[in-house]
Amino acid sequence: MFLQLVANGLVTGSVYAIAAVGVSLVYGLLRLVNFAYGDFMAFGAFVAFAVNGPLHQSMIVAALAGMAATAALSLVLDVVLWKPMRVRRAGFMSLFLASIGLALVLRQSLLLAAGSAPRSYTVNPYRVFVLGSVRLSDAQVIAIATAAVTIVLVGLFLALTTWGRVLRAMADDRALAAVAGIDVAGATRMAWLISGLLAGLAGVLAAMVEYSFDPNFGFQLLLPVFAAVVLGGIGSAYGALLGGLALGLAQEVSTWSGFAGGVNPVYKPVVAFGVLAVALLIRPQGFFGQARAG
Amino acid sequence: MSVLFSGGFWAFVCVVAGIYTILALGLQVQFGFAGLLNFGQVGFMAIGAYTMAILVVKEGWSTWLAAPLAIAAAAAGGLLLGLPTLRLRADYFAIVTIAFSEIIRYVATNDTSLTGGSQGTIALGAVGTASEYNSGWSSFQTHVGHALGISTGDTTMLVIVWVVAIILLTLSWFALRTPWGRVLRAIRDDEDAAASLGKNVFAYKLQALALGAALAGIAGLFYAWEFSFFSPDDFQPLLTFFAWMILLLGGLGRVWSVPVGALVFGFIFAGTRFLNFPPFTWVASDERAYIRLIIIGLIIIVLVVLRPQGLLGKRREMVLE
Repeated sequence: MFLQLVANGLVTGSVYAIAAVGVSLVYGLLRLVNFAYGDFMAFGAFVAFAVNGPLHQSMIVAALAGMAATAALSLVLDVVLWKPMRVRRAGFMSLFLASIGLALVLRQSLLLAAGSAPRSYTVNPYRVFVLGSVRLSDAQVIAIATAAVTIVLVGLFLALTTWGRVLRAMADDRALAAVAGIDVAGATRMAWLISGLLAGLAGVLAAMVEYSFDPNFGFQLLLPVFAAVVLGGIGSAYGALLGGLALGLAQEVSTWSGFAGGVNPVYKPVVAFGVLAVALLIRPQGFFGQARAG
Repeated sequence: MSVLFSGGFWAFVCVVAGIYTILALGLQVQFGFAGLLNFGQVGFMAIGAYTMAILVVKEGWSTWLAAPLAIAAAAAGGLLLGLPTLRLRADYFAIVTIAFSEIIRYVATNDTSLTGGSQGTIALGAVGTASEYNSGWSSFQTHVGHALGISTGDTTMLVIVWVVAIILLTLSWFALRTPWGRVLRAIRDDEDAAASLGKNVFAYKLQALALGAALAGIAGLFYAWEFSFFSPDDFQPLLTFFAWMILLLGGLGRVWSVPVGALVFGFIFAGTRFLNFPPFTWVASDERAYIRLIIIGLIIIVLVVLRPQGLLGKRREMVLE
């Protein structure tokens, strides 16, 4: 039972981790807490649904389409919304509130276009992989494998490539990076591109794991993802990865009956915030965060 | 269109605007006075409404004992939230406050024995008993109506809500002009400077948070009385964002801009009911609710981009950073 919960936790956690990196990258560069990120995820999941359902394409094609569409959406929004706000030197609060407005617009547009009925991909929900005492569904195995590959790729990208170093340098000290001759506009586009791709991927994976999803499901994922970002330290991409995995594990393992009977599963989201609250009491800036915003 | 000309409908719109005024005034105290970025205001509203309803239905308390305790419970919620979180950076604080209001909603949804769960207040009492929490309030409302010679309940509620709102606005207006209010604004403008003058920044912020929470608790009471039924779904984060929109519509850092913002918001929200002309008639009427929220989202974005001090705000006094 315990191992099963750990496995479930890794599945949930890896979806959180992917999304949390996407939020964190944009925050690191633009000081934008993107409240619309959950709806980016739902957008990606629904584009993939359109490709997988009505268009009868394979799930891989559908996922790639969802990622591409979400990346395109975030790049377009940067041009029409975030760039004009940067030009006006909008601060953190303005950006946050604008992203809340954007979240409303996106989610309601999705509801208008796709309806509020729950949807499912055409994947087999009954095929099960058995690994010792652990049983995982098709979707869970795919999610965990894809997430593992993605997390390694993102980690390598940030650590080894020039763009990765640029993004981390800008997250550390934007002004210094700009003085050092870094292409700020290019880095911003790069951050939105990756953030959008990750949102689309996390959305598709979350939708597969949950099996049935509606346009509101992105918003329900947003708060645990934010909790993961804060836990890791806002703006730290590696922190977001670890924060996501840690929260996913904590949520699932807390229901284990060996823990004084375990937490009622309906309170899993509350567990995520409980972990966050305790972590912030010990370390107010998160695992890897800076004590002061730069 | 007939509803457009019915007095009852517009009285209802104004009652709701009055309740929003009190809710958003709480945000103004927290953000406009003290600079606290609270995105969990609806959680305090839920605490107020539920505490009153539970005490009246389950414990058999009088409405007039339960209501003050409900306000105190909301304020205590503010203290509890503030103690561990007020030392956090503003962005962390904003996220944690949303999380707080969602936790309140999760507990209200799932702790069925306490709150009636997702069925709402109908399930508060035991099976077969009437679980009305507002009989005390209704008889008071009828008395007031008789005394004022008003025949409809909507209009009576309108008078009561706005009298209370104006009293609270006036009190806040005076509070802002006391030395206490000046220290709050000093903290908002430059926390370190206020601290270096020996002001206990943490204590002041905590007081502002609790005071704003108490105001949200009052809004929760009126919400409960006006609708005579509520469920956890009434306390979605969306309501907090409506209150923020009201703050922006009115103006930041000012007391009397709050009711203006709330009325403008009330009329936008009610007015979007009447989108029954093309192109809106191209979509089904139940789907027009989505369009209404799209419009509200767009207004928030446009306001934030074009008038970060709010419609009536003074740029010199306070701008959304």
